[in-house]
Order: sequence, then structure tokens, then C-alpha cells
Amino acid sequence: MISEYTAKHRLTFADNLCKGCDLCAAACPKKIIKMDKTRVNAKGYNPAMCFDIENCIACGICAKICPDSVIKVERDV
Amino acid sequence: MAKVVYEKSRGLTDNPLSYCPGCTHGIIHKLVAESLVELDILERTIAIAPVGCSVLGYDYFNCDGVQASHGRAPAVATGIKRTNPDKIVFTYQGDGDLAAIGTAEIVHAAHRGENMTVFFVNNAIYGMTGGQMAPTTLIDMKTSTSPFGRQLEGTGQPILVSEMLSQIPSVYYIERVAAHDIPHLTKAKEAIKKALQNQVDGKGFSMVEILGTCPIGWAKTPADAMEFVKEKMLPYYPLGVYADKASNAGQGEVK
Ligand SMILES: Cc1ncc(C[n+]2csc(CCOP(=O)(O)OP(=O)(O)O)c2C)c(N)n1
Ligand code: SF4
Ligand code: SF4
Ligand code: SF4
Ligand SMILES: [Mg+2]
Repeated sequence: MISEYTAKHRLTFADNLCKGCDLCAAACPKKIIKMDKTRVNAKGYNPAMCFDIENCIACGICAKICPDSVIKVERDV
Repeated sequence: MAKVVYEKSRGLTDNPLSYCPGCTHGIIHKLVAESLVELDILERTIAIAPVGCSVLGYDYFNCDGVQASHGRAPAVATGIKRTNPDKIVFTYQGDGDLAAIGTAEIVHAAHRGENMTVFFVNNAIYGMTGGQMAPTTLIDMKTSTSPFGRQLEGTGQPILVSEMLSQIPSVYYIERVAAHDIPHLTKAKEAIKKALQNQVDGKGFSMVEILGTCPIGWAKTPADAMEFVKEKMLPYYPLGVYADKASNAGQGEVK
């Protein structure tokens, strides 16, 4: 589990479930998700990660499109 | 205070999905699972898994479940629903399962107007067995058994299941939706919930055809496969309501 915080929002990735499919990265309106080439998960994939959490708008699109329910999105209210 | 915008549905078990990266089966499973939770019927639902990539569906939906022989899910669902009328019974079937070997079962279940819900995942290919041509494969689409592209001559027209079944007077509700982007997923979930609610209300046979992908069988990246649904599948498989006795739509009427 890797969590990314801002003062506002939080993304939590269930890393070892990620299959590196790139659908979250393609769908994110802010284009702030990429596959992390520096890490390999238990399945052998480079897992998805947010590289610019400050620009996340907590829209939830990445999490909704993910076939493997890897991402949890929380919004500060 | 933090508000959860999205998290994994409790309508799914903790088992990791066996699907290939970016396959829409996982996304469609989420829509079904979320719908079961939101309608508060998860605890009394029985899933009928097919033969196909979703053969292990009963391990993924957090309700009871069994797996039927190839194409026979509507017959198994009939038996379970008739003997357990208080349960909510849905089948989850691929196009090879429902529109090839199982054509007879779905046509007869629809004619009998069985009070069941069918989720028909059309990815225009036999995914599980290595990407062979299905009756739903588009003309000119390349598969492992149509390496030069499917031709009308010899293999005929891709089968239009929703159009065909909507001609049956005992059908209550049929809609075709797609799973390639967020707006379409929102619409797909509405249709899935409606098809389940119809069964709760004892209305009869409801089916949602969901256009999905098979990135591996199509030899495309998951994102490109989503584009293929938009560019190639939607023109041949128009989305919309094909039958709805609640609103008198039907007989091929597309909204
Ligand atoms: C009686 C029988 N015939 C053939 C098969 C081989 N078989 C397994 S899955 C499949 C097709 C699955 O395609 P589809 O229903 O479209 O599911 P997908 O994998 O694409 O989701 C076939 C022909 C089988 N398992 N049993
Ligand atoms: S919540 Fe929205 S903005 Fe934030 S990473 Fe996901 S898709 Fe991008
Ligand atoms: S959509 Fe899900 S499985 Fe695919 S790369 Fe993103 S987090 Fe990983
Ligand atoms: S073979 Fe195709 S349909 Fe089956 S899991 Fe892989 S991508 Fe999905
Ligand atoms: Mg298929």
C-alpha cells in the first residue's frame, strides 16, 4: 500500500493488485499517474503511482476505470 | 474530514482477479458488485458463472454462486430461480457462451419470460481459448481463426443479440451499453441496476448487453482496445434500450 497525501486529497494504491495496464493513467484528466518504473510488484508489474499529488482533484476517475480495484480516492471536505 | 470518493466494493471478494491487464471483465464485475450492494440484495443473490474468462466469477462476486456448463447458464438460472424464488439470480456470460454454444438456452429462457437477470459481455471474441472468431466478431476483424479478417461470405453477419431477443414478446427489458469510458460506465451501471430491480419486482426477463474489450485477443493495449470499442463496436452495435415494458419502448427502438 502506498498512500499519497496532500493537504486536501489522498490516493491509496493496493500495489500488489496492480497489473500496470495504464488505464488509470490514460483516463486521469490531470495526467498525473504513471507506471513506476523504479518498482516491481508481487505480480511482476511496474505499479501505477501518482507523481504529482498536489494537482489531484479527487475526481475518482482513475479508481472507477481500474479493473482490479487498486485505487482508493479520498477527498477532503 | 476525508470523504471516500471511490473504494473497492464490498460486493467483491478479496480474491485477486485472474483477468489480463486492462480487461473490461474486471470493470464490469465492479458495476455488478456495486449494484448488488446499492440495491441491498447482495446477501440473497446467486451468481451463475459461464465458461469463458469469467468462469471463476463465483469466486469474485461476494454472494453465493455456481458455474454452469458452456452456454447453459440461463437453464441453470431457471432451475435455481424457480426453486428459490426469493433469491436474486443473475447470469454473467460472454459472447462465445451466450451467442454461440448457448444460443438455444438464452432464446428459450427469454421466450419463457423467466424472472432472471442476464449480463451479456460482448467482446467480439472467444477470449479464454486464445482469441478465436466468435459469432459476434466484426466484419474485417482479425482473430486467430480469421487472420485476414472476418468475411461476410462464409461466416455470415455478426449476431445482434439484443436486437434479436427484443423481438420476443415475453421479454421485459433489454439494453445495450458499453464499458469503454467513465460516462458509458455510469450509464451501464444504471442499466445493470434496472435489470436487477426488475427481478426484485418480479417483472421477468431482463438482459443488459455490455460491450467490452479483450486486449489480449485483440492484440491491442488496454487503452487502444477502449478506442476500438468506440470507433468500431459502437457503429455496428448501437447502444440503447431495445425492450422496456415499463416505458413501452422496444422492438428495436433505440433511445
Ligand atoms: C462444451 C465446451 N465447448 C468448448 C469449450 C471451449 N471454450 C472455453 S471458453 C470458450 C469461449 C469463451 O468465449 P466467451 O464466452 O466470449 O468468453 P470470453 O473469454 O471472451 O470472456 C470456449 C469455446 C468448452 N470449455 N466447453
Ligand atoms: S482522482 Fe482524478 S485527478 Fe486524482 S489521480 Fe485520479 S483521475 Fe487523476
Ligand atoms: S488501472 Fe488499476 S491495474 Fe491498471 S495500471 Fe492503474 S492501478 Fe494498475
Ligand atoms: S483473454 Fe481477453 S477477455 Fe480473457 S481475461 Fe484476457 S483480455 Fe480479458
Ligand atoms: Mg468473448
